Amino acid sequence: MPDTTRPPILQVSGLHKWFGTLHVLQGIDFSVAAGERVAIIGGSGSGKSTFLRCLNFMEMPTAGRIALDGTPLGRASAGKPDEVRYPESELCRVRERVGMVFQQFNLFPHMTVLENAMEGLVTVKRMKKAEARERALRELDKVGLGGKTDVYPGRLSGGQQQRVAIARALAMEPEILLFDEPTSSLDPELVGEVLRVIRQLAEEGRTMLLVTHELGFAYHFATKVIFLADGVFHEVGTPDEVLKHPKQERTRAFLERFTEFSF
Amino acid sequence: MNYQWDFSPVLTRWPLLLDGLFNTVKIAAIAIVFGVLVGLVLALLRLSPRRSLRLPAAVFVEFYRNTPPIVHFFWFFYALPVVLNISLDPLVAAVLALSTQSGAFYAEVFRGGIRSIERGQWEGAKALGMSHTQLMRRIVVPQAATRMVAPFVERSFELIKTTALASTLAYGELLYQAMMVNSETFRPLETYTAVALLYLVLLVSCSALARAAEARLTAYR
Amino acid sequence: MDYAFDFALVVETFPILMRGFVVTLELWLPSLAIGLAGGLVLALARLSHSRVLRGGSLVYIELFRDTPVLIQLIWFYYAFPILIGVQLSPFTAALLALALNTSAYGAEIFRGGIQSIARGQWEGAKALGMRHADVLRRIVLPQVFKLMLPAFTNRAVEVAKMSSLASVLSVHELMYQGRLLSSTYYRPFEILTTVAVVYFVLIYPATFLSMTLERRMAGKG
Repeated sequence: MPDTTRPPILQVSGLHKWFGTLHVLQGIDFSVAAGERVAIIGGSGSGKSTFLRCLNFMEMPTAGRIALDGTPLGRASAGKPDEVRYPESELCRVRERVGMVFQQFNLFPHMTVLENAMEGLVTVKRMKKAEARERALRELDKVGLGGKTDVYPGRLSGGQQQRVAIARALAMEPEILLFDEPTSSLDPELVGEVLRVIRQLAEEGRTMLLVTHELGFAYHFATKVIFLADGVFHEVGTPDEVLKHPKQERTRAFLERFTEFSF
Repeated sequence: MNYQWDFSPVLTRWPLLLDGLFNTVKIAAIAIVFGVLVGLVLALLRLSPRRSLRLPAAVFVEFYRNTPPIVHFFWFFYALPVVLNISLDPLVAAVLALSTQSGAFYAEVFRGGIRSIERGQWEGAKALGMSHTQLMRRIVVPQAATRMVAPFVERSFELIKTTALASTLAYGELLYQAMMVNSETFRPLETYTAVALLYLVLLVSCSALARAAEARLTAYR
Repeated sequence: MDYAFDFALVVETFPILMRGFVVTLELWLPSLAIGLAGGLVLALARLSHSRVLRGGSLVYIELFRDTPVLIQLIWFYYAFPILIGVQLSPFTAALLALALNTSAYGAEIFRGGIQSIARGQWEGAKALGMRHADVLRRIVLPQVFKLMLPAFTNRAVEVAKMSSLASVLSVHELMYQGRLLSSTYYRPFEILTTVAVVYFVLIYPATFLSMTLERRMAGKG
């Protein structure tokens, strides 16, 4: 259950993102408490992936501040609060604490499954190889791929690769996990094995943000659902509120397109 | 055809030709080494986020790619010394020309290799918290390196052939020695055919060696 | 460095350089055209069912690709006439050498292109009852020409650069005029730099075209 006694683990204020003349994110205020599971839904081009990617600075916000555990990230110049500088070292520290799973997995093809899972620990956390191996194996076992440690990603199915990617992110023991459409690239029959793993993580009480088209899964998984349209949060609420009884016409129209899912 | 082929005058001068072959290999080796250095610097400049570094490097590379090698040879041997008020040894001029030329091409090989690593790899590494240097060292360069091997070998092969131009500067590589032998024997057919075959043997062996090395280096997954 | 660049000399000698430029064009364009046409024939030989044709064309191609162009030019001017008993003018020898050289490279371009056309296309056409030659003519080659356009423009760039080597045979093309003028006026820096620039202006458009074509094709996929 979300922990509302501590300050929010992640807080976003006034987030704007421009791509050239395209105003993708038009002022977002948002906070996540530890243990919350947020599903972000919306049409293509709504900015949901951009929003998620700003949270670990894969995209740099054009304006606004993000705070992790109460501490604002980046350094604003004295007289210009809008100009925030993000030194690389700080971004690296943030990404150790905020993990991401990508739609295209982004596994390293020149490393085995085990090496992929260990890579963050060895190179970023500078852990000893033996300790890193132990931790990596633990996470690989958890996602069900403990038996494929010496295999190269190219030989695995999409579902298996994505589970390795999840293990790689988990090994870093992040405080928050971001999932950017984790099943959108998978063949339909492989989607289930990945969603199962994500559900398992949910049961562990992890703080997770999930951008997805799998509305049925989002309904059961999330503690909060956000419908993003035109670069702002159009509707926010519990899964019941947003997915079953949407208040906004736009949300209703969007949901109507997904007639096949069942709750 | 009632021409009497006679290779003997050519064959008796084989030490000269061997000397030429040796010099060809020597100048090629030196130029490859310097060329790699030049290429690395140029590639780094071209990949730099700063325009003031990228642009001059791009101009340099494009200039070398779009002008004939022989112009570079003559320019380094005749033109540059006049401006700097020095005199250059044919070997030095030839090495300068060859290294800068091959450097420009190697730069494109290096740059192409790095850029061929898709964005997702960069993002996967960054998302784990890797710094730019760590990302390059652990993820991008190892993958790019295997892709660079074939084009690098191809370019080096071209370099070995281009060493023949050093003969125009009177440097004693193989073609120059061929011209010397011809001027002594007056048998251009035998001389130049023999030397062409010598080049063929040299280059085909290099090509075979390179392919074997390539196979071992890229024998991965 | 207080070298004074003599612009006036460049202006004065430019017409002579342009005469050389015209000869360069006279070498470049015909050898490119003949070479590519010959390349197609050779490619078909490389892909033929006859072992003799396949082997013969392979030897020919390797001879031209695995030896320096300069020695090919020299061979055709000094050695070949002995074989055929006819003296060739420097221009003819150079044109011959360049055309044959281009045909060898062209053959590989065509061969690669033909082989890359998916099997399915051949099968689809054959299933309609088309003869082998018709499949080639109506289905495969049109696609090959389009696909290989970047490679052909690349070849054009290379042949333009190779034309400068004809200066070694005393063909009065651009490089030859450049060398002559450099030594006549003792200002190699001005002359050779201008020669380099002229070559760049000639060759860069072809490179640019090739890059644009490649990018356009990558886009269409």
